Amino acid sequence: MATSSVSKGCFVFKPNFKKRKISVPIEDYFNKGKDESEDSKLRFETYHLIWQQMKCETQRLQEELNKNLFDSLIEFLQKSHSGFQKNSKDWGSQIKLREIPTAALVLDLKHFLQKLVSQLMDCCVDVESKEEESAQKKTHCSMDSLSSWYTNVTQKTDPKMPRKKRTSSQWQSPPVVLILKDMESFTTKVLQDFIIISSQHLHEFPLILIFGIATSPIIIHRLLPHAVSSLLCIELFQSLSCKEHLTTVLDKLLLTTQFPFKLSEKVLQILTNIFLYHDFSIQNFIKGLQLSLLEHFYSQPLSVLCCSLPEAKRRIHSLSDNQCENIRRLPSFRRYVEKQASEKQVALLTDERFLKEEAQSLLENLYVYHTNYFLVLRCLHQFTSSLPKYPLGRQIRELYCTCLEKNIWDSEEYASALQLLRMLAKDELMTILEKCFKVFKSSSEKQLGSTAKKIEELLAQFQSLDEAKEEEDTSGSHSKGLQKTDLYHLQKSLLEMKELRRTSKKQTKFEVLREKVVNFIDSLVREYLLPPDTQPLHEAVYFSAAHTLREHLNAAPRVALHTALNNPYYYLKNEALKSEEGCIPNVAPDICIAYKLHLECSRLINLVDWSEAFATVVTAAEKMDANSITSEERNEIIHARFIRAVSELELLGFIKPTKQKTDHVARLTWGGC
Amino acid sequence: MAHLENLVLCRESQVSTLQSLFGERHHFSFPSIFIYGHTASGKTYVTQTLLKTLELPHVFVNCVECFTLRLLLEQILNKLNHLSSSEDACPTHITCETFNDFVRLFKQVTKAESLKDQTVYIVLDKAEYLRDMEANLLPGFLRLQELTDRNVTVILLSEIVWEKFRPNTGCFEPFVLYFPDYSIGNLQKILSHDHPPEYSADFYAAYINILLGVFYTVCRDLKELRHLAVLNFPKYCEPVVKGEASERDTRKLWRNVEPHLKKAMQTVYLREISSSQWEKIQKDDTDPGQLKGLSAYTHVELPYYSKFILIAAYLASYNPARTDKRFFLKHHGKIKKTNFLKKHEKCLRCWVSDLQRPHGAPCSAECFLSCRRTFLPTAFLELPLITSLVTLQLLTLVGHDDQLDGPKYKCTVSLDFIRAIARTVNFDIIKYLYDFL
Repeated sequence: MATSSVSKGCFVFKPNFKKRKISVPIEDYFNKGKDESEDSKLRFETYHLIWQQMKCETQRLQEELNKNLFDSLIEFLQKSHSGFQKNSKDWGSQIKLREIPTAALVLDLKHFLQKLVSQLMDCCVDVESKEEESAQKKTHCSMDSLSSWYTNVTQKTDPKMPRKKRTSSQWQSPPVVLILKDMESFTTKVLQDFIIISSQHLHEFPLILIFGIATSPIIIHRLLPHAVSSLLCIELFQSLSCKEHLTTVLDKLLLTTQFPFKLSEKVLQILTNIFLYHDFSIQNFIKGLQLSLLEHFYSQPLSVLCCSLPEAKRRIHSLSDNQCENIRRLPSFRRYVEKQASEKQVALLTDERFLKEEAQSLLENLYVYHTNYFLVLRCLHQFTSSLPKYPLGRQIRELYCTCLEKNIWDSEEYASALQLLRMLAKDELMTILEKCFKVFKSSSEKQLGSTAKKIEELLAQFQSLDEAKEEEDTSGSHSKGLQKTDLYHLQKSLLEMKELRRTSKKQTKFEVLREKVVNFIDSLVREYLLPPDTQPLHEAVYFSAAHTLREHLNAAPRVALHTALNNPYYYLKNEALKSEEGCIPNVAPDICIAYKLHLECSRLINLVDWSEAFATVVTAAEKMDANSITSEERNEIIHARFIRAVSELELLGFIKPTKQKTDHVARLTWGGC
Repeated sequence: MAHLENLVLCRESQVSTLQSLFGERHHFSFPSIFIYGHTASGKTYVTQTLLKTLELPHVFVNCVECFTLRLLLEQILNKLNHLSSSEDACPTHITCETFNDFVRLFKQVTKAESLKDQTVYIVLDKAEYLRDMEANLLPGFLRLQELTDRNVTVILLSEIVWEKFRPNTGCFEPFVLYFPDYSIGNLQKILSHDHPPEYSADFYAAYINILLGVFYTVCRDLKELRHLAVLNFPKYCEPVVKGEASERDTRKLWRNVEPHLKKAMQTVYLREISSSQWEKIQKDDTDPGQLKGLSAYTHVELPYYSKFILIAAYLASYNPARTDKRFFLKHHGKIKKTNFLKKHEKCLRCWVSDLQRPHGAPCSAECFLSCRRTFLPTAFLELPLITSLVTLQLLTLVGHDDQLDGPKYKCTVSLDFIRAIARTVNFDIIKYLYDFL
């Protein structure tokens, strides 16, 4: 595959398409080595099941989130061509109808129309069960043919198809809806012409345009001059902001016990960072989630246990000896064993049956831990999300990340948050507590043993608090001064409070209660928000291979390129290339030598110096067979090799020719600044 | 003729010129007539009504629609075919690829009995589009009479003066007819003409008077004014319908409608809100201030890195390259280093090592913004971010499209926009702009 072209250009080589039938079932890809293959099928099935569930959930979520938008869009579509249907004799309607109703959701003309015609006809051919047989000639894409086609179709359907009538009774002449995704990327000329043309044909061809806009709606005015935009009748519909979308997705997929699969702090951080810093794409986020799910089931043999609790218990019974050994090897399990009494330790390490029973109870504990964890997390989030400056983050995902990473109560932010909580005014505290109450109440039925009690206690606490508050209301109104919520005032009043406390130790009832609430929250956090790696067997459900995920999702081609050029041994695995850090192995490929030399230069590189340095390095390597050819010939060869290396570097984007100095090239990468 | 005068207002002189040019049916007319004038000055309307009322054989073609030569020529021929063979229900479809074929086919078509011995008119609306088509098209149409040896007149309608059409190879000069803008009196007359049947003409004329008083300073487009008149008329009649004022009570009516019209000028006229929304407001009598216009939604959500790239691109587009050192070198002295660098150095450093440098050595903040001048794809990991910014029209590609190895971009956003973006990442962009020193 080569071209004889000398000019620069882009050539497309289509691969020889060979039809190979791969009959390997997908689950076989889960067999890494022969020894680990035991549960691979089961693991794949579990993966498949969980993913299906998660997918359903996300789809449901997205439908729900966009429901409002869809509803208002449909309403808009329905009413927008009522004027066309009524055929009203209203004197104004004739003028007004010149406006194409346009909804703004936040090629060249010929191709554009061609696409339009072919797509419309296609979709209608499907609907009308291939009534329209005549294959339109491609060149015949004018608005005239479109509108004549339209009248044909609408006339045909009305008398003939009673089934269709259900819809066409209200849509006597159904409008044609044209959706333009990414309005920004259309050529303005095409769009303008199209709008002008279709506005002239609006009487026989009812058209509704829907523009999808990713930036702000002002773009409409920027793309279309007033003469054109005056032909449109624009209404705006705004979809949900993508950050809110992410919050909901996280809430429903990860902050729940519905799905056994969990992400570790690092993985979650990578996924959210890609979302927030790179693309704002929910789709990519969910793809990333899917990848981590797949990777988890692929790489962790114990992921068979990552399923619903009863199922997991059943599976433990049928675990093989190898898998039991895998359990024993888990770091979290080893830590757990070390804490046990010595007889139990022996039993755990030798008796399979005992191990299985123990693992069952551990899994149960893990489940209970998660149930409590999310409740307490939500509760804590209620408290911290309204604090000034958000010491623990505004979003629950930030709080979740901190809690996953470490003991949250050791962090400074937590201490300052608690301190701010101690400053809260009464009504704020009340509303937060009510919200927390709702959180606990909403899922109290699902609670298991120990937590149910905890909630009862909590409820009692709330009640006593409320009563106490009522009393407090009559007694005094000390808290009035603390209603302001900006940080400066809070800190100031905090200092004053300290002074006050030092001088007069007496506290009001409210303050005592507030202290109690804060301490209560603190104790809840300390009891339930332990990081997951303290839990035995957490490896079965937590995916923590952040490194793999980053490699797959956030590729760093430049780093790879640098590694290849700087340390060729890394990829080539040739012993001769092994070298100390910083020095150039003279047997390395030419481009590596040139690259290493160029790293030492500043912004402008003198080609002569560079070539001489290159020659020195290269000749040092070739001393032994130097006698075979004359030195002049050898110099020419080295020169050619140098030229090639330099042009390869130029192709890779490290240098470019410059006109600032003769015989120099400019560096494009950094190092010289 | 009196009938024609009723239909076409304020264009008496133009109509009479055209009529005298057309002459009798069998007379040969001027080969080509070029009519130009501003938007909504009645060019199309006058020609169309004239040809229709005089029942002259004519073809009316809009050049925007016929974006290829073939479409244009075929449309003319097929319409002519329809004219000549009106008794035949289904004339065959004519295909025509070149102007040469067109001349031949045109002769055939005009042989028909119904088109004999009278002038055939071909009207090309929006004729400025002809300039972008094949070079022989415009000169060809201008001397179509000579080429086809038939009694034919081509009328070109355009908003652009004839001088801008003249091809450099020279051509037959058409008869140029100018349609001047309507004066305020003309507008008043025309607008009052289409009064609704249920109200008297005087009442409507008074309304038009008020309307023109508000809008005449900003808009002289007849179409737009008609649209606005229709849209706001219900509000004007409101007191009359409710029985609060009589039709003669002009002062009261004026006081009622004037603020309303002014509001309309800020919203509907600029297409900030749609006319259907405006009607709804009128009906419900709600405050239009509640409804946010299109430009109220200025907020654009961008990922964090995209924001930085945009800021960097903006600085690169509007600062001269030699000032980079001054802004981004740590100890250059000219500018006191802001808190920004201290605060954001860490994040910028990450950004830089991620984005700009193939090696992991620590790099300072100035690198980040000064290396932006070399947007090289291979050196630039975040190319997808850039391309997405280009599709959003926040950056545009300058230079040739076909340059694969070194595309250059320019930032197209406004200062207000970039300031809003910079504020969200706590970057004081004004301090880094050369124009504000």
